[in-house]
Amino acid sequence: MKSILAIRPIRIVARMTFQEAIRRRIVLTGLILGVLFLIVFSIGFHFISTEVAREEARDGRGAARNIMVAEMSNFLLQAGLYAVTFLSVAMGALLSADTLAGEINSGSIQTILTKPIRRSEVVFGKWLGFAALLGLYALLMSGGVVLSVFFQTAYLPRNIVTGLSLIYLEALLIMTISLAGSSAMPALATGGMVFGLYGLAFLGGWIEQIGSALNNPTAVKIGIVTSLIIPTEALWRRAAYEIQSPLASAMGISPFAAFSVPSVLMIVYALVYLIVVLITAINTFQHRDI
Amino acid sequence: MVLMYPSNSIRGYSTIGIWLKTVTFYYNWYLMSLPAIKTEELRKVFGDQAAVKGLTLQVEQGEVFGFLGPNGAGKTTSMKMLLGLVAPTSGTASLLGAPIGDLATRARIGFLPEHFRFQDWLTAREFLLLHGQLLGMDAQDLKTRLEELLERVGLTPFRNKLLRTFSKGMLQRVGLAQALLNRPALVFLDEPTSGLDPVGRRLVRDIIRELKEQDTCVFLNSHLLSEIEVTCDRVAFISHGEVIRAIEMDTLEKNLSRVTIRAAGLTQESIAGLARWGENIQANNGQLVMTLHQDRDLPEITRYLVAQNAEVYAITPNRMSLEEIFIETVGEDGGL
Repeated sequence: MKSILAIRPIRIVARMTFQEAIRRRIVLTGLILGVLFLIVFSIGFHFISTEVAREEARDGRGAARNIMVAEMSNFLLQAGLYAVTFLSVAMGALLSADTLAGEINSGSIQTILTKPIRRSEVVFGKWLGFAALLGLYALLMSGGVVLSVFFQTAYLPRNIVTGLSLIYLEALLIMTISLAGSSAMPALATGGMVFGLYGLAFLGGWIEQIGSALNNPTAVKIGIVTSLIIPTEALWRRAAYEIQSPLASAMGISPFAAFSVPSVLMIVYALVYLIVVLITAINTFQHRDI
Repeated sequence: MVLMYPSNSIRGYSTIGIWLKTVTFYYNWYLMSLPAIKTEELRKVFGDQAAVKGLTLQVEQGEVFGFLGPNGAGKTTSMKMLLGLVAPTSGTASLLGAPIGDLATRARIGFLPEHFRFQDWLTAREFLLLHGQLLGMDAQDLKTRLEELLERVGLTPFRNKLLRTFSKGMLQRVGLAQALLNRPALVFLDEPTSGLDPVGRRLVRDIIRELKEQDTCVFLNSHLLSEIEVTCDRVAFISHGEVIRAIEMDTLEKNLSRVTIRAAGLTQESIAGLARWGENIQANNGQLVMTLHQDRDLPEITRYLVAQNAEVYAITPNRMSLEEIFIETVGEDGGL
């Protein structure tokens, strides 16, 4: 079988993509806003955690105080990671929405595609470059949130690695959809499509949650169907479930994954979904007149 | 006897060497004999409009070929099909003997696109480095080659400046350097002189001449006819996506000359009699313009006119410029 991808050109394109994001100050802007976000989160967390600790100390029940601080830390950590997820998703969408579309439009892709390199290698190289960037960004942001909580209250959530991986997978999925859109449509249309899908998933997720709490199977089904159309919110809810404290899960007091928890099968589905979208992106770009 | 052993093995090696050289020589000869570009009935339809309808042409290696036509005639689409950027609706084409889109062949091709916009977040040097790497060039060779080309296009002082800060002319120069990195056997230049000042235009012209000396085939898209006139060996006129005329530039210089005759007392019959030496005869107010079949008939025409009792004041040969041929071929409306 003829090979579809070669390592060397993919590496060149991935490096070029990475370099472009840095030179165009996309990374810098993301970092500045990210640091700002982490500062706000840390200050807010500091005041809330000292307040909770003081109130519990006044009541004087040591064990209860520890539980309260841990639950409060867990809740705020989830809230922080929810924001990080959204920022990573936005970063993923913005990074790749204009990449192929913009280069086709400006013509700068022409001197690349006439070199001894396959179009599939261009798409895959770009995907890798963005994936690496996104990985760094998501790790820095979510790592910042987790560490901020850890240093202030010595609280470390369970299954944190699984949780963060799922958040990264969600951002990757959005980035891949955006790249696929970019291989066929102008950047603005791609952006509209991606955020539309994201909004749909968001809505479906909440309908499923509330439906589950009210024992309404139709609402739960709507949520599952939405997750099949676009599994981003399902990934977040699984991530939240992995991170959240067993107590919160048991008592159903978490706003993110209290009731209907997406199954492992849904995670596998999301992975397959991502691969199919990436193949579609390659295929669309391969047959496109430049 | 002890000494014979190594010398024998050297001799044995050199026999293989000679054999290899012979094979390489014939292989190269074979490669050079392949047409640089060959297309058959290449066709591209966008929606219900045919941008290129049945392009059939052959360009030999080492030839400088001009592809002429009004805006929107299908020049760029044709070039993009050859480069694999646009998929033909039907028809076949090959570059340097390989079907279009062949990866190995692309390493032997150079391309300067029209309305070039490059990765403007790179410096000139980084830009060339990137494209050389994509071509799969050896790192050491690439470093020397890109400095050499930066020097050739006059950008050495700006080598570490971002392309974002470059003027249109400077971008065109760096684009040209990019097209020549791999010492290509075939170079496609799409409107290479657009946006260039006269100095830049001369540079492009000189580079095309140098490429010709190195037996590089140049495929030139242009509507700047004076450029084509001085650089090309052969031109093809394209209109509405079809080649409507192909001209060897040599024949243009030797045969297709027009003369202006200023004479009094010319009768209708004597004017009609000129038709045996030429065509396209236009006469008004004692001035007569015609296209000669061949230059060397001029003395005979003079004798004829004198014999017809015409008073001849001047006979001026004016070679038909490419522009006149262009308008004659495509029409005043520019093929609209």
